[in-house]
Amino acid sequence: MNIGLLLNVAVQGLTTGLVYGLMALGLSVIFGVVRIVNFAHGEFAVVGMYAAFLLFQAFGLDPIYAAIPIAGLFFLIGFALQKVVINPFVGRPEHEQFILLVAVAMIILNLLLMAFGPDGRPINLSYALDSYLVGPLIIDKVRLISSAAALVMSLGLFAFFRLTATGTAIRACTDNLTGAAVVGLDVKTLYAYTCGIGLACVGAAGAMMITIVDVAPTLAPGYTLLAFTIVIIGGLGSLTGALVGGVLIGVSEALMGYYFQPSMKSMFSFLLLILVLAVRPQGLMGTRQ
Amino acid sequence: MTVDVIQHASGDDAERTRMVWFAGIVVGLLALVPLIASRYALSVLILVFYFAYVGQAWNIMMGFAGQLSLGHALYIGIGAYVPALLWLHLGMSPILGLFAGMAAAMLIAAAIGWLGFRFGIEGVYFALLTIAFSEVARVAVDHIPFAGGAGGLFLPVPAANKATVLNLDGGPLLYYYITLAMAVAATALVAWLARSRHGYIWRAIREDPQAAETLGINLFSAKMRAILLSAAMTSVAGVVNAFYYRNLFPAQSFDMSRSLELILAPIIGGLGTVLGPVVGAFILTPAGEALIAVTHRMGLNAPGTKGVIYGLILMAMICLKPEGVWPWIARKLRLGDRA
Repeated sequence: MNIGLLLNVAVQGLTTGLVYGLMALGLSVIFGVVRIVNFAHGEFAVVGMYAAFLLFQAFGLDPIYAAIPIAGLFFLIGFALQKVVINPFVGRPEHEQFILLVAVAMIILNLLLMAFGPDGRPINLSYALDSYLVGPLIIDKVRLISSAAALVMSLGLFAFFRLTATGTAIRACTDNLTGAAVVGLDVKTLYAYTCGIGLACVGAAGAMMITIVDVAPTLAPGYTLLAFTIVIIGGLGSLTGALVGGVLIGVSEALMGYYFQPSMKSMFSFLLLILVLAVRPQGLMGTRQ
Repeated sequence: MTVDVIQHASGDDAERTRMVWFAGIVVGLLALVPLIASRYALSVLILVFYFAYVGQAWNIMMGFAGQLSLGHALYIGIGAYVPALLWLHLGMSPILGLFAGMAAAMLIAAAIGWLGFRFGIEGVYFALLTIAFSEVARVAVDHIPFAGGAGGLFLPVPAANKATVLNLDGGPLLYYYITLAMAVAATALVAWLARSRHGYIWRAIREDPQAAETLGINLFSAKMRAILLSAAMTSVAGVVNAFYYRNLFPAQSFDMSRSLELILAPIIGGLGTVLGPVVGAFILTPAGEALIAVTHRMGLNAPGTKGVIYGLILMAMICLKPEGVWPWIARKLRLGDRA
């Protein structure tokens, strides 16, 4: 086995994994706080990809910069979605929430299909083929920039939850919902902020993803599952867990895709998930409740 | 809810008798439908019965025992592939192959149940575990050459003089009666289970697992019974899938969308009720067909149009009638069926 090659494949997986991590972070935040399964998560990621695609086609805007306005727009969408559609379902049986979000996913996916058709669309960045040489490693420029941007955004999110009053209030809702309501926090509005933040993450992750993958509506269900797998492996409610899980899945996908067949890579992610559920159901970084 | 169960347990016999009469008349009429119906109408009704049947199977797990499975496509896939391969390679009749498929489905269900129930994986986590198994199966079958791989498995249609019912060769008429019989049998089984000891144990677990355990119910074995029965029943639907349509693709048989489509009817109809899955199937399948016809007539041929409208309908239904359509109808008609 060639160590240099192995390292290169692993680094490629690591960079993709950080973008996966940001996407999963969005899911983890919503799932951890609002306790709702966002089954439309992958659909939103793909909407983010198309948004970046359109901005690039119209204004030549680099997807990494486009991630900023897209995150802003997605925050508003998430806020409105939670206020109007999801909040009435908070506290209702799991399967009702599930059907609601499956319906949302179905609507988004099919709207995308109507608007863009089923074919994959690439964007052609001027630096798409550039790469850096670091010792034996060859690192793609697009992957490096995307993963760095994903990491910066994740760190921003950690800071938000630790340092701001709103972030602390949202954590209070997670730790003790009744207590949070008793001290006078407006839980439903905090949920709306949370959903907004979650979607901002996934929108930005989508914008970064399009530098690596051609966008097509059919990617969506796969991304939903991917984000779920990462969150469960990393540990529900743990933000670092989502990033670690993302990197783990990214690297395992890259290695398995290389040493076996690319079409088999998702199987190993799921086998990893089954293993984690069997041995450590709370996830790698999660705490047992 | 508890009061409800007690009320039902004491039983309103008049309502129950009306219910049995009502069901009997509907089945009698359905048996006569092929005399007047077109081929197209029959093919739609086959789908209705198919979804009513798998809906019943899924409802045992979710509606009664409260365990959310989003990977039932796995059991359909196994139930389709095992008999199809046995028939293709060994010439075994699918009526026998069915039991091999059933055994295989139950074996995997036992593995999922053992992993999930033993380690106390619940709700969304359990749902994800079921998805994971079904996805692993999809990718695995994709790479098994003798199962056709990603290119699919095709079951040749035998010449007319070689066709036998023993091999389930036949057109819509044969499958109309097969699927009707399956739906009726499943509904009768569920109706019996609902009033049996198992039904009460499952509902007790669904409502409050801790309280059930305190009463001396073995949670693990009761949940295992639910998943094994559900998987065995679901695998039979796979045989219909294989021998009616005569082609199988891993990407279609094991896809998550397959698991999702089969849980819509019981949820829309009414979870944990005996007739909910049937009513749901009678609403959703024709609605889907009508949507195709209407959008086509209006010239809306863009791919996805039907999906958008279907999604909106689903959303409206879950907002307006979250407990399902059937409990509401049953109250109006004064027919007894627990919710």
